[in-house]
Amino acid sequence: MKAAPLVAARLVAVRDLRLAFRKPSQVIQPLMFFMIVATLFPLTLTPEMSRLRDAAPGVLWIGALLSSLLALEFLFRDDAVDGTLEQFALSGQSLTWMLFAKTCTHWLLTGLPLALSAPIAAAALGVSMDAMGGVVASLALGSFAMSLVGAIGAGLTLGARRGGVLLSLLTLPLAVPILIFGARATQLAISGGDIAPPMYLLGAIAVLGVTLAPLAAAAAVRIGLE
Amino acid sequence: MATWTWFHRLASPPHVYAFARRWTPWFGGFAAFAMVVALYGGLVLAPADYQQKDAFRMVYVHAPTAWLSLMIYTTMAVAAAVGLIWRMKVAHAAAAACAPIGAWFTVAALGTGMLWGKPMWGAYWVWDPRLTAELVLLFLYFGYMGLRAGIEDPVKADKASAMLAVVGVVNVPIIKFSVEWWNSLHQTATVMQLGKPKMDGDMLWPLLLMLLGFALYFITVLLIRLRAELLRRERNASWVREVLT
Repeated sequence: MKAAPLVAARLVAVRDLRLAFRKPSQVIQPLMFFMIVATLFPLTLTPEMSRLRDAAPGVLWIGALLSSLLALEFLFRDDAVDGTLEQFALSGQSLTWMLFAKTCTHWLLTGLPLALSAPIAAAALGVSMDAMGGVVASLALGSFAMSLVGAIGAGLTLGARRGGVLLSLLTLPLAVPILIFGARATQLAISGGDIAPPMYLLGAIAVLGVTLAPLAAAAAVRIGLE
Repeated sequence: MATWTWFHRLASPPHVYAFARRWTPWFGGFAAFAMVVALYGGLVLAPADYQQKDAFRMVYVHAPTAWLSLMIYTTMAVAAAVGLIWRMKVAHAAAAACAPIGAWFTVAALGTGMLWGKPMWGAYWVWDPRLTAELVLLFLYFGYMGLRAGIEDPVKADKASAMLAVVGVVNVPIIKFSVEWWNSLHQTATVMQLGKPKMDGDMLWPLLLMLLGFALYFITVLLIRLRAELLRRERNASWVREVLT
């Protein structure tokens, strides 16, 4: 029996959310990792607030990128190991839509909390309160684009051993544009500029990701399952 | 249908192996000839640049390697796509053979770029958009080779790395554009912009000939690597025994 793609996608999203609430460690750990990385920078650079403020966009974005890479490992792995992904592929439903739902849920559980908690790290780096809106918006949009790009990498590394390092190796070069525009938006927010131009470009990357990444991820997962 | 026979023949490993063996010396010979003539034209016949003096002659090695590093990535992605779409084993083998050559060309482009940067910019490395984009391209090659090496099942490795190559091709223009945009915002005026000067004909023909020579050299190495790749993949096939005994 073939349900409408959106129904299948909603069911997958609800299932993933329920699983995450029953096992919250996978949601909390990347967040804690992000906080720790942000704390390490003042220890290695300087405790001086004015200089930390200059480094803040880089610190926040490198931290967010590493943390999202850490979280991406869990995107498909558990479901691939226990056979759920195989059932998805065999179910006759659109795998593209189901993986899109998984990716969006993954962002809701990792990227969005990271963006929402970023003001704590940003404030510790000397960023003023006026800039927080821009910091949260740029990290939220950027981490969404990152989840989409990362879904392709996560799908491709399903068949590999030592997938974690490989996943970073594949995904980081592809994430360069997201990093550039995202960090630029954060930087403009901190310096009080207009963040719209890099946000539009980040949005364009996210839209391209929404249209193409689920297709590529579905193809990648099918290759991994064969 | 007759027009498609060449395409079908390309799918047959023994045919491609024989073709590669027959043509390798020809491509290699022409490559060497073109490179020698181009070197003579570039280093001896071409006049020195009015601004950069003789240092500009680095262009004869640097520019062709940089062009080829991108061209090889495209070739790899096209071969990978052909392998994915028509399930052609030879195409996957060709894509696998392209990757290390392309990575080395990228390293050569970066190396010669750094050597050229030292007299021109006063530093081996500046965060110039073209150098940075080239560096990211090298990382893309690493990712491709890493994925291929990381998956044990050869069929899966072929398909997964082919997907990655195709995804990478979509991404290369975006990376290129974003790096240029990033640089135009951060670049200070201290770095001399080389721009695109109009080239004298005496300077230009050795450059184009060198590009042709390097392209032929790439094909030569590709054919050699392809043969090795085919032998490795088909080691249990009967045609390999016939060819090697």
